[in-house]
Amino acid sequence: MAKYLLLKHYRGAPDPVNNVPMDQWSPQEITDHIQFMRDFATRLESTGEFVDAQALSPEGSWVQYGGEGRPPVTDGPFAETKDLIAGWMIIDVDTHDRAVELAAQLSAAPGAGGRPIHEWLEVRPFMHEPPAVTE
Amino acid sequence: MSSEAPGVDEALLRSLIPATIGVLVRRGADFAAAEDAVQESLLEAMRVWPDDPPRDPKPWLVTVAWRKFIDATRSETARRRREEQVESEPGPEAGPALDDTLQLYFLCAHPSLTPASAVALTLRAVGGLTTRQIAEAYLVPEATMGQRISRAKRTVADVRFDRAGDVATVLRVLYLVFNEGYSGDVDLAAEAIRLTRQLAERIDHPEVSGLLALMLLHHARRPARTRPDGTLVPLAEQDRTRWDTRLIAEGIAILQQALTHDRLGEFQAQAAIAALHADARRAEETDWVQIVEWYDELVRMTESPIARLNRAVAVGEADGAPAGLAALAGLGPALPRFGAVSAYLHERAGDLRIAARLYAEAARAATNTAERDHLTLQAARLNATLPVED
Repeated sequence: MAKYLLLKHYRGAPDPVNNVPMDQWSPQEITDHIQFMRDFATRLESTGEFVDAQALSPEGSWVQYGGEGRPPVTDGPFAETKDLIAGWMIIDVDTHDRAVELAAQLSAAPGAGGRPIHEWLEVRPFMHEPPAVTE
Repeated sequence: MSSEAPGVDEALLRSLIPATIGVLVRRGADFAAAEDAVQESLLEAMRVWPDDPPRDPKPWLVTVAWRKFIDATRSETARRRREEQVESEPGPEAGPALDDTLQLYFLCAHPSLTPASAVALTLRAVGGLTTRQIAEAYLVPEATMGQRISRAKRTVADVRFDRAGDVATVLRVLYLVFNEGYSGDVDLAAEAIRLTRQLAERIDHPEVSGLLALMLLHHARRPARTRPDGTLVPLAEQDRTRWDTRLIAEGIAILQQALTHDRLGEFQAQAAIAALHADARRAEETDWVQIVEWYDELVRMTESPIARLNRAVAVGEADGAPAGLAALAGLGPALPRFGAVSAYLHERAGDLRIAARLYAEAARAATNTAERDHLTLQAARLNATLPVED
């Protein structure tokens, strides 16, 4: 098994096909979308592949050590052009192909008009522990 | 203790924990060691009681916990002077000036602890939850929670166990636990109610009763507060037949009793507001005028901007949306939920386009997904009725 991070972006990813802001959808389309996401996570739990899912607030700032005896340096809020992570799902799957397959399913979540969003998701393998047997 | 052993009254067992720790402390054990020993004795009770239930659970628990403590102390090195103190038969217990259980509440909410530490320590030492359960409830690794509890125990190690602490700090801790709701297999709201109930049995204090009433009245609404898909149902739209009338009746009775003391505090005022909502069988029957009066009290007592924000909603219902919007004066977007309240009042005032924009902004500023989804839905609901802007 190998863990993968499926990363969703507020900004910074290429535009999806069905690119309508969520507050312009109909209430029913929003409800359907939420249900899809819940069902997706539940299904992964039942297949033993779900690890974690979290959403991040769009608020945030850069922080840097300010030097001895000085307060931290902060810079924010994020510039409009900055790549902005919206949240993630972590899965534990047998193969890279399976990780891609699941990411594609997630990207098909319904959006405006009930049509798939075709959202771009970033799939990143975790670094893992070195194997016990090395030769 | 998530795996319930058959034949063991877990509620009874857990209610005995604080007093048992108290006995050990008064016999000379330090708090951290006493707490560990009592946790061990609980595990033994879960193991032994199903086949061999004790005639009197409390002395059984005290005896076993004391033995565990002695064993643990012995197994540490003799260098520790502690051993000499406790090796000999325990001397006569110094008569408790205060109830042991109560002392433990004060200790675990001691002002030297951070809120997160006080919460963890209270759940473990007063509530008898295992470190694993507390860790799961707060979604942190068990080792992290274990360290948090150990550090908290060290922080209060030198606090004297024989004088009353500040009830207000205890109430703040219990309120925090209640507000955490429930995740994992531990229902923290139910646990907070149990602990507050246990506290109210030991101390006659109107704010303790006020907090208990507040918790019961809010807990009563929980079945109606979310849809099966996890989205929030606002108060006005909740199916009130799903409110728990038994909890409401109990909460109101406790509140009324507390109010007779004529020592008003913020929890009593909040409970009174919750009780007025509970009294209305339909949302339209809500006595908003009285609710505004209670918010006036709350603002006067706390000067809290959150109370003023909620008051603005009530004013909007009692005197109309423009009055509600006027009541927002002096409050700003930095305040959590300001955007949501402002959107709601604008919608009531008929400014649908502004309201839709404010709902969408509030959704982006939301700090939890349930609220974010709810606010996005409100924006979408209004946008669906508005002609498209060019």
